[in-house]
Amino acid sequence: MALSNETIQSELEAKFADQVHTFSTESGILSFESPKEINLKVLQFLYDEPSLGFTFLTDLCAVNYPNNIGAELVVVYHLHNFTENIRLRYSVGTSIAQPDVFTASKLFESANWMERETYDFFGVNFVGHSNLKRILNVDEMDYFPLRKEFPLEDQTRIDKDDEMFGRG
Amino acid sequence: MEAQHNITLPEGSIEKQTTTLNFGPTHPATHGVFQNIMEVDGERVVSTVQTVGYIHRAFEKLAERRPLYQITPITDRLNYCSSPINNMGWHLTCEKFLNVETPKRVDYLRVIIMELARISDHLICNSIVGVDTGAYTGFLYVMQYRELIYEIYEEVCGSRLTTNIGRIGGFERNFTNAAFTKLEKFLNEYPKVLREFEGLFTRNRIFMERTQGTGGISAARAMNYGFTGPNLRAAGVDYDVRVHQPYSSYQDFDFTVPVGTTGDNYDRYLVRNAEMWESISIIRQAYEKVQAFKGTDAEIFHADVPEYYLPKKEDVYTKMEALIWHFKIVMGEIDLPKGQIYNAVEGGNGELGFYLVSDGGRTPFRLHFRRPSFIYYQAYPELIKGGMISDAVVTMSSLNLIAGELDA
Repeated sequence: MALSNETIQSELEAKFADQVHTFSTESGILSFESPKEINLKVLQFLYDEPSLGFTFLTDLCAVNYPNNIGAELVVVYHLHNFTENIRLRYSVGTSIAQPDVFTASKLFESANWMERETYDFFGVNFVGHSNLKRILNVDEMDYFPLRKEFPLEDQTRIDKDDEMFGRG
Repeated sequence: MEAQHNITLPEGSIEKQTTTLNFGPTHPATHGVFQNIMEVDGERVVSTVQTVGYIHRAFEKLAERRPLYQITPITDRLNYCSSPINNMGWHLTCEKFLNVETPKRVDYLRVIIMELARISDHLICNSIVGVDTGAYTGFLYVMQYRELIYEIYEEVCGSRLTTNIGRIGGFERNFTNAAFTKLEKFLNEYPKVLREFEGLFTRNRIFMERTQGTGGISAARAMNYGFTGPNLRAAGVDYDVRVHQPYSSYQDFDFTVPVGTTGDNYDRYLVRNAEMWESISIIRQAYEKVQAFKGTDAEIFHADVPEYYLPKKEDVYTKMEALIWHFKIVMGEIDLPKGQIYNAVEGGNGELGFYLVSDGGRTPFRLHFRRPSFIYYQAYPELIKGGMISDAVVTMSSLNLIAGELDA
């Protein structure tokens, strides 16, 4: 039986009732959200349930919505079921003041580095991660560069000596 | 080990049975800036810790201030052995996001370029595996055909390594006759070269003994580690984005997905070689399809998307509408629709994904690259554990790790 977005949605709703919400389908990929406290339960259910079988974690990253008070950071999981060839997007929001999210690295080995990357750039604290250190940036860094509060250089600044680049 | 216990060590010396070896960041045996801090027992690797990020350039942050067409050059610098695939992947993501329909001829031309890029990528990887096992000849011999591929890129877009090839909606110009002539030359000559290349390696005793049984991984572990592309197929899982989620009209082509069994260095080599043969066949089919377009159809090289496709320069100077679009695109006055998309292509070394979130501004709100090299490298300690240092080198090149993609 081919697995469809509707089946996934109804199975999730049957299991987690109104804890899973905001279902939508964009360019063929079903996405939904849940409270961050049950993220491992949801991922484990998607992994274990024979009719779902989302055993492949394609991607894990975060997005920073500064105006979304209470859920400024959103961790996004892209899952894939190879046999049914269907993708799924699952996201959990967390406040920036206490960015604790349970780690998925015990379920997916691939989540280990992806979570380290997410921690490095967004400061999401993955609870239970075995080695949550910065990965691409230097260890001494004391800010999280992909957060929106961290600005890019002002393109109109004039205090810089550009002579070396032929612009002086 | 036992013998050493009888030795009386001078006071203050460390009673450590293993040696710490700092392998890299710039080491002749690593391809790019990789660092491994290895614990070795004699020549056997006990454990290793990778350090990454030496060429991190914050592409995801940079992309947040650039309109879509300015992000293409960033994607060049991910896997620079097959930049055209990255460029096309980015264009395809934008097109899917903006609901742009591309003409069939554009799709086929893109397939030609992408498969050429795949060949050049696999060619580098496999010949470098050869170099690391001590056979330099193959590497030098195939270089001239990578050069020919680069010349084809040059005819199409003007550059060679970081190509910035194509635009949203198609190509910046039609393929010239010189490009097709070079493509024909490639199709005529390359199969013979590839056969000779295989003759040098595939049943070569030294090569087989160096690569068989080293760096192996089971299918289940590979999937858990997030492997895709040739590395996953070598472990026996026939997942190929071109087949599972066809893009750029890949469904019109007839090709097989080669798979291995053990996921070791030898299987990865075989899978990549077999894929090159498939790529040649795909290019042949695509070239035939392109040639079937006659008259004005053969002039089509881009879709009609004035909002995103820069008009011809002479039109900008002579036509009002073209001038307006040119101004709007360059000044960044075109807002993206709201929404998010994840789109993937089969890159040179695996599933290259683009996750684009837009809040309706002129630039992406967030752009994330799913970089296969980053994901493979995580499994490296498990792959080389218990093996020799020299096998670790082969494993590294056989995973086709590209530092630019690893560090983004």
